[in-house]
Amino acid sequence: MNDVLDVAFRLVVVFAVFLVLPLVIGQTEHKVMAHMQGRLGPMYAGGFHGWAQLVADGVKFAQKEDVVPANADRRIFQLAPAVALLPYLLVLVAIPIGPSEGAVGEIVDAGIFFVLAVMGVGVLGSLMAGWASANKFSLLGGLRTAAQLLAYELPMLLAAASVAMAAGTVSLPGIVNAFEWWWLPWQIVGALVFFVAGLAELQRPPFDMPVADSEIIFGAYTEYTGLRFALFLLAEYAGIVVLCGLTTVLFLGGWHGPFGAEGLGWVWTLLKTAVLAFIVIWLRVSYPRLREDQLQKLAWTTLVPLALAQIALTGIVKVVNS
Amino acid sequence: MSLAAAQGFLSPTGVEIAFLLVGIATLGAAVVTVTTKQLVHAALWLVVALGGLAVEYLLLTAEFVAWVQVLIYVGSVVVLLLFGLMLTKAPIGRSPDADSGNRPAALVVALAAAAALVWVVVDAFRTAWIDLDGPAQGSTKVSGTILFRHWVLPFEALSVLLLAALVGAIVLSRKDRTTDREGQR
Repeated sequence: MNDVLDVAFRLVVVFAVFLVLPLVIGQTEHKVMAHMQGRLGPMYAGGFHGWAQLVADGVKFAQKEDVVPANADRRIFQLAPAVALLPYLLVLVAIPIGPSEGAVGEIVDAGIFFVLAVMGVGVLGSLMAGWASANKFSLLGGLRTAAQLLAYELPMLLAAASVAMAAGTVSLPGIVNAFEWWWLPWQIVGALVFFVAGLAELQRPPFDMPVADSEIIFGAYTEYTGLRFALFLLAEYAGIVVLCGLTTVLFLGGWHGPFGAEGLGWVWTLLKTAVLAFIVIWLRVSYPRLREDQLQKLAWTTLVPLALAQIALTGIVKVVNS
Repeated sequence: MSLAAAQGFLSPTGVEIAFLLVGIATLGAAVVTVTTKQLVHAALWLVVALGGLAVEYLLLTAEFVAWVQVLIYVGSVVVLLLFGLMLTKAPIGRSPDADSGNRPAALVVALAAAAALVWVVVDAFRTAWIDLDGPAQGSTKVSGTILFRHWVLPFEALSVLLLAALVGAIVLSRKDRTTDREGQR
């Protein structure tokens, strides 16, 4: 009976993290973007510096009418937000935040493969939405999403494979356990490739061509309103949490830090994740959107060769070192 | 191997029942995939079928194979399929011209392939039983060791086959462009 309770407790915690962290990042994005642009951002909702803005947004979304276009493929249109959101919840279960046995939702033996595979499934939601909306802008958005995923999945996998080679294991806690500080300069190229490819997979600026609002309205999500639209937005922010968490675990040493590795290790994980999330927001404010051909060119002529070079370097160091 | 005598087909455990149920669901999704008249629905049912297969691998403790199955097939192959369908502007609703005259031939090929595969698998694993309670036998480590210690040659042969397919694809896609250029001259 204790085991069942333990599993249930873990799942509840993961679910709470899944609901809270994306909102925290969303609120941070509001405020950080505003201050970077010389504005104040939300100031009224909740009283103190507009902390409850996203709660208010959620209430607003829930009150809106849920519209399905007449020509749309009803069932697929309605199913798409769930397909986009749920994979990130599943991925969150496998990300370890602390060194102890209890600091991960569920230890998965082939952790890297699990997270990358399940993250890839999330894109199916955008594709379903793009096709089922019966709207040419949605269709264009879906097409761009698919092209982008195909281009950026490969460098992401290769960069992750490099870390797996370095650690000699594909389980996420195993990789963090094997981490040494000199991995940081050793794997830095892989880390950059992974992070950039991850941003592209999440369709965050500067890789937001699939939802380019000045050209194709909002891409695959154009026809969505109310809660379903909110679910897509939540999926984007959950994606940021997952990507930053994964980069932390794979490349930045997770719970390792100058002090407190045992008791306070999880603080390091959260801190590194938060810094990465801040960078994600920063990039959105700083860089213009890449054109579709620039997107493809960056993936195939820059990221893939860099990732391959990183794998070669990892292999050489590994052989020389052993 | 000696375990075979101790195992019976009529004493199903929970895992065996789950395996059968998931298998039936997978088969159903696969049949819908090839019979539905809505093109994109066919691709999405294919996702269900491939996902069902991944669950079967998981139930057989082949965790690594299961996640690779999801990564490659659901994450990449189906996305490519959907990309193609969107480019050809697959309609919402039924495609009346989705039927082809090759149906009987396709059925024959499918049945022959299925028969061959079932026969090979049954013949190869006739008396092998998986100990589900012990340590996982399909973990990444075990799969890697077996693959690169005992099956390196087939593995390399497969990669050469894929390379050939890649080169073939490049040749096919470049052919048009050169003839275009010659036509312009």
